[in-house]
Amino acid sequence: MMANRFTVSPDFSPDYLAGWYLFNKWMQKQTGLKIDLELYGNFYTQRIVTYSHADLVYVNPFDASMLVHDKGFLPLAKVAGNFDETVIVVNSDTPINGITDLKPDLKLAMTEDPNINMIGMMLLEAVDLNDGNIEKVIYDNYVLIVKNLLEGHADVGLFLAKAYDELSWVVKKQLKVLLQSEVGEIYHSFLISPALAEKRDEIQSLLIDMDKNKEGQDVLRALGFDAWIKVDDEEMAFMVNLIDALSIQS
Amino acid sequence: MLEDMNINDIVGEYKQITLDLYAIGARKFFYTEIETPYPEGKIIVSTSDTKGVITHVNHVFVEMSGYTKKELLGKNHAILRHPDMPKMPFKELWDTIQSGKKWQGIIKNLRKDGGYYWVKATVIPNIKNGVIVGYTSVRRKPSALVVAEFIKRYPTLRGSK
Ligand SMILES: Cc1cc2nc3c(=O)[nH]c(=O)nc-3n(C[C@H](O)[C@H](O)[C@H](O)COP(=O)(O)O)c2cc1C
Repeated sequence: MMANRFTVSPDFSPDYLAGWYLFNKWMQKQTGLKIDLELYGNFYTQRIVTYSHADLVYVNPFDASMLVHDKGFLPLAKVAGNFDETVIVVNSDTPINGITDLKPDLKLAMTEDPNINMIGMMLLEAVDLNDGNIEKVIYDNYVLIVKNLLEGHADVGLFLAKAYDELSWVVKKQLKVLLQSEVGEIYHSFLISPALAEKRDEIQSLLIDMDKNKEGQDVLRALGFDAWIKVDDEEMAFMVNLIDALSIQS
Repeated sequence: MLEDMNINDIVGEYKQITLDLYAIGARKFFYTEIETPYPEGKIIVSTSDTKGVITHVNHVFVEMSGYTKKELLGKNHAILRHPDMPKMPFKELWDTIQSGKKWQGIIKNLRKDGGYYWVKATVIPNIKNGVIVGYTSVRRKPSALVVAEFIKRYPTLRGSK
């Protein structure tokens, strides 16, 4: 039997790594499918794998939109109460207290999470910072952004708010949040490939009912999630359009 | 199609005007010089049908417009139209989105209480099977410099801050 491939956006805390393996084990047991979990340390590699041969994915809203729009992936579920907001962060040692204190020519550290970067740039545009007057530096993941902010190699960092929240308090004590976005509306989504479409309803039901029994609850807890909520085609179409509108910088 | 503004909702000293609008016909406006500064970080989201009638709003839309969600759904986006705004940008907006393209521009929006707020708006067509089925819009805080430039271009906005 050919294994199905499952991959996850590389923006979760290392604390949940074991949780994803547990979740994959749970999925295999429930569905009887053979599923290989493939995790990567950066967005670039994860994206290549996702686009070429993934069957199940839990990805950021931008990749979700692309996979639905360009590759015919189908939505299954999202995590209850979980929206993708962006935070703009600096080293706590700086005298900067808000985005209005930021000046051109700063070094902006970001990952390759497109919606975080899009929204981050939108918020900075209000204070006349843009691609033309700042230097963007791309790092593989949020841990590296933290490191470079603390070592003074970057001035400002863009984070997925949830990823920032999951940093340890020791790290957060050395950083300062200047601004958090408020969009609502966009979220990480669990999708299934068109090749596996006949399993859609079954897997969707399993996910939605996951919080209704002890075994499922334990696995959810290992991921830091309360429950999965159904996402239908119409809701996903709305998010695809919204991501399209957010993608337009000036 | 869109009722007049209600004088009891207006906060502060106001002016009055009746305009004949393309989408909604004649509407009586009451409006003030009070600006609600666009808060940092917030993004307004809404969708409409092909005529501009609101089908979805996020909580930031509700907060900035001063209307409840219930009051907004089913109304034309022209409920936000400020009497100081020139016609030109809206003609450009509709010409652009109806031809399947994406529009971006600066808009002075009217609140339920007669005050105003500036936005940088993006409006895109939602295309399904090659047909435009509606529109999606996002608005963010514009740069003060860009707003100042915009005001200079249009005489009707010259009194604006
Ligand atoms: C998705 C969408 C969003 C819009 N957002 C606004 C807005 O924020 N403010 C505004 O005045 N008009 C907005 N409009 C345009 C209005 O529908 C309308 O054309 C405009 O207020 C001018 O009124 P008039 O066309 O009746 O002259 C939007 C239209 C669409 C389709």
